[in-house]
Amino acid sequence: MPSYDTIIIGAGHNGMVCACYLARRGQKVLLLEAANEIGGLAAKREFFPEFQVSVAHSISHFSAKVIKELNLESHGFINPSLALPTVGLNRNGEHVVLAHDEGGAASLSGVSEKDLASFKNYQTLMYRYAAMLKPFWETVLPRIGVGGIAKAMTYAKLGLKLRLLGKSDMREFMRIAMLPARDLMDEYFDNDLLKALLSWDALIGSKMAPRSPNGPVVSLLYRMGGDFEGAHYLPENGIESLIYSLRSVAEASGVEIRTNAPVEKILIQGNESGLKVEGVKMPDGEIITATRVVSSADPHRTFVDLVGVENLEIQFANRIRRLRSEGYVAKLHLALHGEPKFTGLAGPEGRMIIAPSMDTIEFAYDDAKYGEFSRQPVMEVLVPTRYQSGLAPPGKHVISAHVMYVPKKLKSKWCVDAREEIKNKTIDLLSQYSPGLQDLIVHAEFLTPEDIESNFRVTGGNWHHADHVIDQMFMMRPTYEAAQYSTPVPGLFLCGAGCHPGGDLTGAAGHNAAHEILKP
Amino acid sequence: MPPTIIQDINQHNFHEVLRPTPFHPRVDHNCLTKNWMDWNGYLTARTYDTLAAEYFAIRSSCSVMDLTPMGKYRINGPDANKFLNRLVTRDVSMLRPQRVSYVVMCNDEGKVLDDATIFHLSEGDYRLCCQHHQLDWLMISSLGMDVSIEEETHDVAALAVQGPTSASALKLAGIDEIEQLKPYDILHTQLHGFEVMVSRTGYTGDLGYELWTSPDNALNLWDAIFEVKQKGFYDIRTIGLSALEMVRIEAGFILPGDDFNTAETAIRADRVRSPYEVGLGWVVNLDKPSFTGKRALLDEKKKPIKRRLLRLEVSGNKAPQDSFLYAGKGGKRIGTIMTQIWSPILKANLAMADVEFAGGSQPNDIWAEIYYQKELEWRVSWAKGKVWNKPFWTHPRRSASPPGSY
Ligand SMILES: Cc1cc2nc3c(=O)[nH]c(=O)nc-3n(C[C@H](O)[C@H](O)[C@H](O)COP(=O)(O)OP(=O)(O)OC[C@H]3O[C@@H](n4cnc5c(N)ncnc54)[C@H](O)[C@@H]3O)c2cc1C
Repeated sequence: MPSYDTIIIGAGHNGMVCACYLARRGQKVLLLEAANEIGGLAAKREFFPEFQVSVAHSISHFSAKVIKELNLESHGFINPSLALPTVGLNRNGEHVVLAHDEGGAASLSGVSEKDLASFKNYQTLMYRYAAMLKPFWETVLPRIGVGGIAKAMTYAKLGLKLRLLGKSDMREFMRIAMLPARDLMDEYFDNDLLKALLSWDALIGSKMAPRSPNGPVVSLLYRMGGDFEGAHYLPENGIESLIYSLRSVAEASGVEIRTNAPVEKILIQGNESGLKVEGVKMPDGEIITATRVVSSADPHRTFVDLVGVENLEIQFANRIRRLRSEGYVAKLHLALHGEPKFTGLAGPEGRMIIAPSMDTIEFAYDDAKYGEFSRQPVMEVLVPTRYQSGLAPPGKHVISAHVMYVPKKLKSKWCVDAREEIKNKTIDLLSQYSPGLQDLIVHAEFLTPEDIESNFRVTGGNWHHADHVIDQMFMMRPTYEAAQYSTPVPGLFLCGAGCHPGGDLTGAAGHNAAHEILKP
Repeated sequence: MPPTIIQDINQHNFHEVLRPTPFHPRVDHNCLTKNWMDWNGYLTARTYDTLAAEYFAIRSSCSVMDLTPMGKYRINGPDANKFLNRLVTRDVSMLRPQRVSYVVMCNDEGKVLDDATIFHLSEGDYRLCCQHHQLDWLMISSLGMDVSIEEETHDVAALAVQGPTSASALKLAGIDEIEQLKPYDILHTQLHGFEVMVSRTGYTGDLGYELWTSPDNALNLWDAIFEVKQKGFYDIRTIGLSALEMVRIEAGFILPGDDFNTAETAIRADRVRSPYEVGLGWVVNLDKPSFTGKRALLDEKKKPIKRRLLRLEVSGNKAPQDSFLYAGKGGKRIGTIMTQIWSPILKANLAMADVEFAGGSQPNDIWAEIYYQKELEWRVSWAKGKVWNKPFWTHPRRSASPPGSY
């Protein structure tokens, strides 16, 4: 008799969501987390004594369905009523600000009348597309060519949704879905800051720049599927409240959670009828058996390291090995002894994007794609202490910045000096927008994708576990034969960001995986 | 340790369209017809003098064929056996050193990429020989494994010495231990001071051996063998690929790429074949927990077989070349002749035929529609086919140990 119905590897938010659903349906679930904290990339951690931050710092589209079904709000999660403004920072203080009011209506300032008018059209169209796609992010997309009517219906529904857009919108969708972000923005707008700001969420996390093809607009629409139509937010008590409310639900549902529990191998037994998962092996030799193992570790780590290629057929293993999962986003964390001031802003408000134009983003990418760090990086800056207390001592602050593009594989190899150099360069750049910042810094931490890989056990340090690009999306995510959460190894499932629909704090992958596992 | 590839592209003289083998001076001297062809990029003799004489050398005395162009890969490293066992459908985990195994490689869909022989040269050190170029597939297969793959097609010279008197001739040539070799055994020995590897393997269905040495010693090896002929002990003849084609069909061996499309080269979805469909079910060990293609083959096994490559004897004296096959004379079309020969020893037209199995069963009345020419005028005739479940021709001396002296 296996000891557990299900072992889940990784207590990132997806592993926890999946655990909650399974346990609530009566399964005996063990959740094993390698780190000493739960939360994965969203875990709150002390990066300097008394200063805390999480790698993922804001939410754009966490699943409303998961919040409701798991009743997260009665476990401490407080959905905010207001989204964060997104600010396209200008050195001279003439910023572009995109904000949403309580009713969700967007307002844009700092741009011409012409851009304002275009924005209305752009927004209307994009929201329609985002709304059309939304249901599919929370659906298991069937394998092509197998299965009966029910499966065919999923695709028929997508086709129908497309048709319901009406002929001209449908045509337009087919056209722009595959456009590079640059072409889409150039078609609509003149303002460089605005274009860079709006394309940001099409690009961040994957190996993508404004001129890259391969579906950035689809990625953007994915992120626009949230409550605030693409605007990010912070729960009132921070990202941690999402993680802690999930833990609370998990514990209340009987999930056993173990931290400091890195799984060494997924145990697989083989006989003439094929392979079957038996459980997991821990570093101290402990063997824990289960009917199934569900991994929220990234696909590469799950299959190549934990399963082992000898248990996989050659072409499948090769597709996993060739998943594009190099990270290009680094993190800068600053501990400050006062509130940073930004030129032209009353306070350090919202998500501040430092990207003067799409060319700046493109050039930053050009350096990185050849293995160097960007001569002029671009970044997204948030001061979480502005919204949440407890992350730093009273009066002190934290800056969290996503810095692009920092390659996982630096041509000259990552070393202390290289990290110092890019860190200082990033701080210098940030200081141009926030004069006096240097004097406030108590401590600065810079995490390269390589650091993220080793600290958070995510291959490539990749935001999405594997690039969120069109050939690695939908029923091809992470690759066929593993895209419906089940895998070629019976009893082994995936539930992390490397599955459909992708990364970000959404809970959708964990939700969909549980749905697939529980299906009659 | 990362996988290594050693290719001697740099050594290739691109003024030569086809590359001569290390035996070329002797091959060229013996090849009176100059009927050359391309085999894996090497200049290879189709025939040397007369096809009939070459054929009968294999079947009634001793034949020598230059085997160098065969794809050869050296595989070793800690994961070598794991690597091979995942690569092929047969269980080779127990393949002992100095033994050879015939295997087939499939893709994930369970379709045949190639057949091959694995030579376990010495503990943990393997050579894989295949009909087609497989370096790409081997490299892909090695990702994530601690194994080294080296292309050694150009670094090993090889001769096939086959026929009833092959053991006797090789013994006289100086390979004293030849009689100890059982089928699929390997022997590492010395001949006139250089190293030769001898395996009791072949593609003729008769008693026969394959000899492997370094290119530097190729001519010495050749001369040592032909010395036996010069001294007047045994007749030994060079044979080309045309004679080989005749005996391999007689012996019932398949030729991937000719008898069926290999999975990597097939473009049309229905052209790929599973091991079951080409009669290689006997090298599929479904009891092995996992190998590439297993899941697909397990599924296939549950369903009625759709088609099979059959050994078909076609009556009459007209060559059923490229003929369509029908269920009953003039009936529904059910297949095609893939390769065919006239067998002098059996006095029959023998063919490999790709035949549909409606409802999973073998059609019992197969007819070939044969187009042939009479003085440049096309005619058509019908001939009945007879399915052979065993090889068309075999001889007990193929597996007799020790082999008798002929
Ligand atoms: C730099 C960066 C910034 C980001 N910022 C944002 C953001 O602002 N907003 C947003 O929405 N998204 C952001 N993301 C993306 C988001 O964080 C991830 O997509 C999301 O956290 C993935 O969640 P997950 O549960 O699938 O996986 P993870 O959060 O990666 O969790 C996987 C867990 O598995 C554990 N694990 C791995 N191997 C083992 C093992 N062998 N045994 C036991 N446990 C194991 C890991 O320790 C980890 O805890 C960011 C990502 C990065 C890299």
